[in-house]
Amino acid sequence: MNGGEAILKALKEQGVDTIFGYPGGTVIPLYDSLYDDDLRHILVRHEQCAVHAAEGYARASGKVGVCLATSGPGATNLITGIADANMDSTPIVAITGQVNLDAIGNDAFQEADIIGISMPITKHSYQINSLDSIPSIVKSSFDIAKTGRPGPVVIDFPKEMQEGELSKYETTLIENPGYNPTLGGNIKQVKKACELIKQSKNPIILAGGGIIISGANKELEKFAKTIKAPVVTTLMGKGAVPEDEEYALGMLGMHGRIVANKNINKSDLLIAIGCRFSDRTTGKIEEFIPNGKIIHIDVDPAEIGKNIDVDIPIVGDALNVLKMFNNQLTKYQPNPNAVKWYDGLKNKKLKFNLKTDYDTNPLMPQTVIKEISDSLTDDTIVVTDVGLHQMFAAHYLNVNKPRKFISSGGLGTMGYGFPAAIGAKVACEDDPVIAICGDGGFLMVSQELATVQTYDLPLIITILDNRKLGMVYQWQNLLYNKRLSQTDLGTVPDFVKLAESYGINGVNITKPGETKEVIKKAIKDNEAILLNIDIQKDEFLPMVPPGSAVEEVLGDYDFEDESLTNEDAAK
Amino acid sequence: MFKNHTISILVENKPGVLQKVTGLFTRRGFNIESITVGSSEVENLARMVIVVYADLKGLEQVKKQLNKLVDVIKVIELDPNSSVKRELCLIKVKTNDAKARTEVMQYTEVFRCNIVDVCDHAITLEVIGHPNKINALIKLLKNYGIKKIARTGPTAVSRGLVL
Ligand SMILES: Cc1ncc(C[n+]2csc(CCOP(=O)(O)OP(=O)(O)O)c2C)c(N)n1
Repeated sequence: MNGGEAILKALKEQGVDTIFGYPGGTVIPLYDSLYDDDLRHILVRHEQCAVHAAEGYARASGKVGVCLATSGPGATNLITGIADANMDSTPIVAITGQVNLDAIGNDAFQEADIIGISMPITKHSYQINSLDSIPSIVKSSFDIAKTGRPGPVVIDFPKEMQEGELSKYETTLIENPGYNPTLGGNIKQVKKACELIKQSKNPIILAGGGIIISGANKELEKFAKTIKAPVVTTLMGKGAVPEDEEYALGMLGMHGRIVANKNINKSDLLIAIGCRFSDRTTGKIEEFIPNGKIIHIDVDPAEIGKNIDVDIPIVGDALNVLKMFNNQLTKYQPNPNAVKWYDGLKNKKLKFNLKTDYDTNPLMPQTVIKEISDSLTDDTIVVTDVGLHQMFAAHYLNVNKPRKFISSGGLGTMGYGFPAAIGAKVACEDDPVIAICGDGGFLMVSQELATVQTYDLPLIITILDNRKLGMVYQWQNLLYNKRLSQTDLGTVPDFVKLAESYGINGVNITKPGETKEVIKKAIKDNEAILLNIDIQKDEFLPMVPPGSAVEEVLGDYDFEDESLTNEDAAK
Repeated sequence: MFKNHTISILVENKPGVLQKVTGLFTRRGFNIESITVGSSEVENLARMVIVVYADLKGLEQVKKQLNKLVDVIKVIELDPNSSVKRELCLIKVKTNDAKARTEVMQYTEVFRCNIVDVCDHAITLEVIGHPNKINALIKLLKNYGIKKIARTGPTAVSRGLVL
């Protein structure tokens, strides 16, 4: 068995069914092995999309995503996605070709020090320099990628290592004595935390992506309902609790829901789980939870105390720790003050329903997102790109299950959404997948329409088309004296014709109701379609300006009850 | 309060580990004051001793981030009161006349240095000790004109049986 065959076998032993890649000089031997193999390979049209697809695959399925690229430019094209996966704790394994071992360091053709380049943005990396180590390196890479706080692992695979013959195929354990994530929580800390919870009058839970990664959503629900703590989430935490439920106040932060933003700082106890207190979530950190204590649960000890001082740190996997809490709290009688606070916020959430029903031309983004929301089944996976449309989606879309809302959070990578949606669709064939993109971000990766067509992926692609780099345009309008530098995208291309040129149906959407109708039909027909949705360019989403406290919301929401204002949400 | 902290890091002796560790300091905005690396008591493991200028919060963060590196096995901070810190320094000092030479040789005794090279107009000293001691010697020798200094940076180990 040669190295190429060995790595494919090792990947399959890890449960891999699909890899996303793009061939080139130093991986021709590996692609040659792939030619006779039953491992599915999706040929993307740009390596960046291979890694984003692997991310989408991982986020949708909970498995490790795998991408493959040639050395040099192929490998460097993966960098953005590797950084993205690192920020959002997404388990991926990126395999890169490399020049022959004796050529390394000589500036050989298409040589790039990908291990060195990716070092600050990977969880770990290996370069294969002995044939018999291939199965073990693959196993170790997967173990590291998916355990503890997940992240990207790079395997650099010199060409000759793909061609050479193994003396024997054997998977031995690579000992990494320095790697042993703390998964179980400390019971003493949990008990201390329970004491704080008992005393708390206004407890609130901030749920991050860690809940979704560890599959702790059910335990979280139980915990929140027991202690009467409403739940707010980060962007990455969307889906950690069913957002249709009243105690789920929605996303907090720069573009957070008004009831969440206006009330979190009244809390006397914040229980943060699987999140890292990003500035986009907390606003001005010095003014976050000014009068409350903080319990922080995270699997990564380095996150605890990094951005904010906490009163009770608990290192462990969210699922394990929440189980411990729920065991401690079996006969828990909630604090009557907490019950009052909980019910109060539940009512407030209902009261501060946002208006979405507008009849304008171009359409209002709120209306469009509401229509998308209405056309979803609970199993539909929504994948967004980065920009204003992403924030409108995060704000106006209710997600009721984990792994059904996928977005680039930490890195904020434009061009992520469409290829990640491809990956999600490949991972979850039976679930409808909708990509929500801006016109700017979609154009960064539009060539992947070819992938959609080639593999006959019934993906629903929506473009919220404002012909602007909307998010930046909003900042320029609100914070930079309307000096609109370089954010106009002109009128090209015609997205419908673009889709059609790839053999994909496209439709222009201009009227209320059409979005919902077209999506519902596309889900029913199980067909790929691109919706180019003409939206208002000057409709901004209220925001907390950078550096302001999280309750300082700039811009007014339209509520269904027109007598309400932002400020009423604080009362 | 910002001050120098000495941390001892046990790492796997593999290519790229030094880069990973030092890269982490740069990336997270911490300044390495000095670094020494060498083999340890365990085969295939190396020990790095790094002096970093940080406040307590920063130090905590650096230790935690280091611990996250797969190749890092153990990170401890060495308390100056309960550890031994030593540095080696080679100093080439000008000795233009016999007087200077005699004086420099006297310092050599006081500071328990070794003379490792002598030529017509210069002496090279080897001094081992706490960095403060080396600083003191350098200060004295400056009067004669120092041609070259090469310092290893301090390495350190805890006192007694504690880890
Ligand atoms: C790769 C990359 N480049 C630049 C940015 C900065 N950026 C953030 S949002 C945005 C505008 C996005 O415009 P568009 O895709 O049209 O979406 P919209 O905001 O209009 O919904 C830009 C340029 C980014 N996040 N990622």
